[in-house]
Amino acid sequence: MSDRVSTMPPRGEGLDLRPRTNGGTEARSDADKHLALRVDHISAWYGKKHAVGDVSLDIEANSVTALIGPSGCGKSTLIRTFNRMHEVATAARAEGHVYLEGEDIYAPGADPTLVRQRIGMVFQKPNPFPTMSIAENVAAGLRFMGIRSKSEIDGRVEHALKAAALWDEVKDDLKKSGMALSGGQQQRLCIARTIAVEPEVVLMDEPCSALDPVATLKVEDLMRTLAKDFTLVIVTHNMQQAARVSDRTAFMLAGDDGVGHLVEYAPTEEIFTNPKDERTEAYITGRFG
Amino acid sequence: MPREQFQRGLRDVEDGVLELGSMVDRQLERAMQALIDRDLPLADAVIRDDGEVNRTRFHLDNMCVSLLAQQAPMASDLRLIIAVLAMVSDLERMGDHAEGIARIVLLTQDEPLVKPLVDIPEMALQARQMLRDALDAFVDRSVESAYLVGHADDGVDALYDRVYRDLIAIMTTDGSTIEPCTHLLWIAHNLERVADRATNIAERVVFTVTGMLPEMDVSRY
Repeated sequence: MSDRVSTMPPRGEGLDLRPRTNGGTEARSDADKHLALRVDHISAWYGKKHAVGDVSLDIEANSVTALIGPSGCGKSTLIRTFNRMHEVATAARAEGHVYLEGEDIYAPGADPTLVRQRIGMVFQKPNPFPTMSIAENVAAGLRFMGIRSKSEIDGRVEHALKAAALWDEVKDDLKKSGMALSGGQQQRLCIARTIAVEPEVVLMDEPCSALDPVATLKVEDLMRTLAKDFTLVIVTHNMQQAARVSDRTAFMLAGDDGVGHLVEYAPTEEIFTNPKDERTEAYITGRFG
Repeated sequence: MPREQFQRGLRDVEDGVLELGSMVDRQLERAMQALIDRDLPLADAVIRDDGEVNRTRFHLDNMCVSLLAQQAPMASDLRLIIAVLAMVSDLERMGDHAEGIARIVLLTQDEPLVKPLVDIPEMALQARQMLRDALDAFVDRSVESAYLVGHADDGVDALYDRVYRDLIAIMTTDGSTIEPCTHLLWIAHNLERVADRATNIAERVVFTVTGMLPEMDVSRY
């Protein structure tokens, strides 16, 4: 473990994203307090390819927000800018700001690793660490944070597995390999792993696409439960899923120039009963294409 | 066009509403004819044919439920199906009012006519026009036309007021006319309700287009 990790403050004292050398980022305003994330004119590129163009939206704390749109609209790219995962891809870059509880995660000096701890991510294909047991998978992030106490780790592993609605199914098999679980269980294990480090926001990119319908509904139910403690943003190509689980829905579309833009962002009930933009209407009624 | 089967289903439902509306309009026309001509076999036929109105209504209900269950309609398609479910209920009730008038014709077959039928047939003409206009507004998805139907209800209400006052005056003067006057009042009330239901249909047209359900006219009765 690096020195930086071992000097991180324990949870509860407020992990700080401000640059360590110079002054802080803008002061928190009242409006920011109720927003978990404020996305401010985000654009993203893969090399020369302009994938996402100038997207701004506000995400309220303890809400579930769905990003929907046809293939190639930039929704997966966009969600990856929310926790600086996008820049990990080759030649990828983003411009703009994303404010997490008022702090700009793109501020100079902001630590991407800390960003990804506070804004976690669950991917389409369940990806438990293959060489680790169920318990070790969930504990991985905690150890990375520098937590040493076995009792604390065990307690937080149990708490996370309960929160991910997986505890009852695995409590007697915590030493078994994570790969021994079914697809749906593996995905809930990944969710447990993500929430064990107590992020503020959990991003999910097509979290149910690789799951059967029963496992999908379990994860969807879990999303509503998780929203009590976290803020969720999900990318989904399943419109009914977006309609079922989310409070607000953002519809994206790539223009003729191939750049993905935000077309409409509104309460989910409005988007699916009375969208304002005819392109949104065309997409959700299936008249698209 | 994607979702061809679904689009066909929506068109069938819309055609079904117009067919039911046409059926109900015909029932009202025949009921009024039976009243004016004191045509008892015609009144019988109206009563019998109300069964067909009910069957058509339930068939349309089932079509809507199937579309909801199988096609997961959204946005304007969803609003259309929800609106149609309400409209066919109003149309079926209009059919019941036509049947009610026909039943009164049978009931009053031996009663003398206590006043010439002028306002009541006029109420019927206006109410039927409102029904036709509401369905036209539906076909055209016209909010403006729908609101005109709402305004027309005032005319029918005014006629009903006049019929009511006239009949009260007659009953007050001559106690032996109370029963026949009451029967005429029931007929007028049936027609006033037909006009209200046409207004309901017009409100649903506005809902289909805008997603908002207006309160167009509050019935005073």
